[in-house]
Amino acid sequence: MSSETRPPVGLTVAAGLGLLFLHLPILLIFLYAFTTEERTYQFPPPGLTTKWFAVAWAREDIWPPLYLSLKVAAISTALALVLGTLAAAAMSRARFFGREQLSLLILLPIALPGIITGMSLRSAFDVMGMPFSTWTIVLGHATFCIVIVFNNAVARFRRLSGSIVEASADLGANGFQTFWHVILPNLASALLAGGMLAFALSFDEVIVTTFTAGQQSTLPIWMLNELVRPRQRPVTNVVAIVVFATTFVPILLAYYLTRGGDDTAGAGK
Amino acid sequence: MNAAPPEPVAVTLPARGPGDRLSGLFWRHPKLLLGLLLAPPLLWLGVVYLGSLAALLLQSFYYIDEFSGVVVPEFTLKTYAELFRAQNLDIILRTVLMAAAVTLGCAVIGFPVAYFAARYAKGAWKAAFYLGVLLPLWSSYLVKVYAWKLILAKEGIITWAAEGTGTSAILNAVLSLPGIGGNSLSTSYIGTWVVFVYVWLPYMILPMQAALERVPVSLLEASADLGATRAQTFRTVILPLALPGVIAGSIFTFSLTLGDYIIPQIVGTSARFIGLAVYQFQGTAGNIPLAAAFAVVPIVIMLVYLTIAKRQGAFDVL
Repeated sequence: MSSETRPPVGLTVAAGLGLLFLHLPILLIFLYAFTTEERTYQFPPPGLTTKWFAVAWAREDIWPPLYLSLKVAAISTALALVLGTLAAAAMSRARFFGREQLSLLILLPIALPGIITGMSLRSAFDVMGMPFSTWTIVLGHATFCIVIVFNNAVARFRRLSGSIVEASADLGANGFQTFWHVILPNLASALLAGGMLAFALSFDEVIVTTFTAGQQSTLPIWMLNELVRPRQRPVTNVVAIVVFATTFVPILLAYYLTRGGDDTAGAGK
Repeated sequence: MNAAPPEPVAVTLPARGPGDRLSGLFWRHPKLLLGLLLAPPLLWLGVVYLGSLAALLLQSFYYIDEFSGVVVPEFTLKTYAELFRAQNLDIILRTVLMAAAVTLGCAVIGFPVAYFAARYAKGAWKAAFYLGVLLPLWSSYLVKVYAWKLILAKEGIITWAAEGTGTSAILNAVLSLPGIGGNSLSTSYIGTWVVFVYVWLPYMILPMQAALERVPVSLLEASADLGATRAQTFRTVILPLALPGVIAGSIFTFSLTLGDYIIPQIVGTSARFIGLAVYQFQGTAGNIPLAAAFAVVPIVIMLVYLTIAKRQGAFDVL
């Protein structure tokens, strides 16, 4: 039956259009970074220039948010790596009471809308009289980054054969040596992938952050303010390109690091 | 072979240090190790996350003193009663309708992509499709929303394309639709809907693809052998089997739309959605109890939704 191997034309066209719909809009961000028009989103751009990259570099209000975003993403990723790996190790070791509930609890911060996580944290800070700081942002970010690391680590633990751990013990290694010399090298690429995805997620997060940042500004919050009250619109595009690149590269690397397994980074669903 | 007399086999090797002793301890008490592994993530999620959720619930039962504007920490249902004011019910209804429309849009646009990827894409094409859905899923949310602000602007590419192709009349007709139209696409419900569909589409495609990949080709062949047309096979075989995937995807599109407050703020009318209401009540208005009560609404809606989804078997493909 030829119809079973060749897709119908209509389906091919619809699938292709669907993919184009997913990808074309991003390209405009790049185009508008070079436009000479700074007050409207006129298309086609009246002229092209590269001056906005220099202007963005010189704008002093961009650097502190960038620095804060990098700091928050780095700390959150480190915390999520430790907590996510521990949870994954426990889950892969044993079946225990409340196991299903725990996996739901890990998933919940990302399954519920970000506004609930954000508003919850905001309520808690208010109840406890906690002032906003870098750490209030980190609390939120690390919480939803755990699941990313967890998903990657748990998939790798599942593929890791139990016999190599036994072999290591038979050869006289204790638990810590086995972890350092056998388990960790096998986990490394999955953890690297999970860590990069968590970093990308944290670096780009805005919904939870607006509730936990107070007066502080991360790069996405800076961008959001520019979207609501634009000043030099092409500068926002330059920053958007930076944000896009900072999240795009880790995602692509994470994909290649975990390719070939049953579970792929970020698939998770 | 052995010059020396064979030593008796040691039952346990002598411990070489604290590492060995601890390893031995863990070996004899596996529960101890499990507890130590679980404690940090459990504490974090229990205290930070569940604790915060509890604080949210707690705050939603407080109320704000109308004269002083101070939160009064006394148990009351007054704040929840405020949700039932006409203007607040409007916000809830508007949000749920938008979430439903977005979910429908994602399912219709996403289905061909998921079906093609699951059934016909092979080898490198399969990887390309997968990456083609994964990259937009993970790339910066704000950048994606911003891109649509550029596209939908009155002076933007859509108006330009409509003029170039002589379809301005169609665009204007769409914009003059009562209720969902507006001055330009970027200030209409249609615009808000398009951006929502765009941003959440990958969340719909991935579970649909997972469900469609489990549909055995033999069933489709059997359907054809029994004389069914393509449309009949689609309606009676493929669609029912893909339904759990669609429902799984709809959990994401529905829930994410319910809670979003950025997109309606940047593209759309100034009408409020649940997310925007939460954001404004906790921020400028300083009414944390009402914001908290509003944030409970999506939780309740999602709990109902998840109960229905579970009955339909949506969790098997997650």
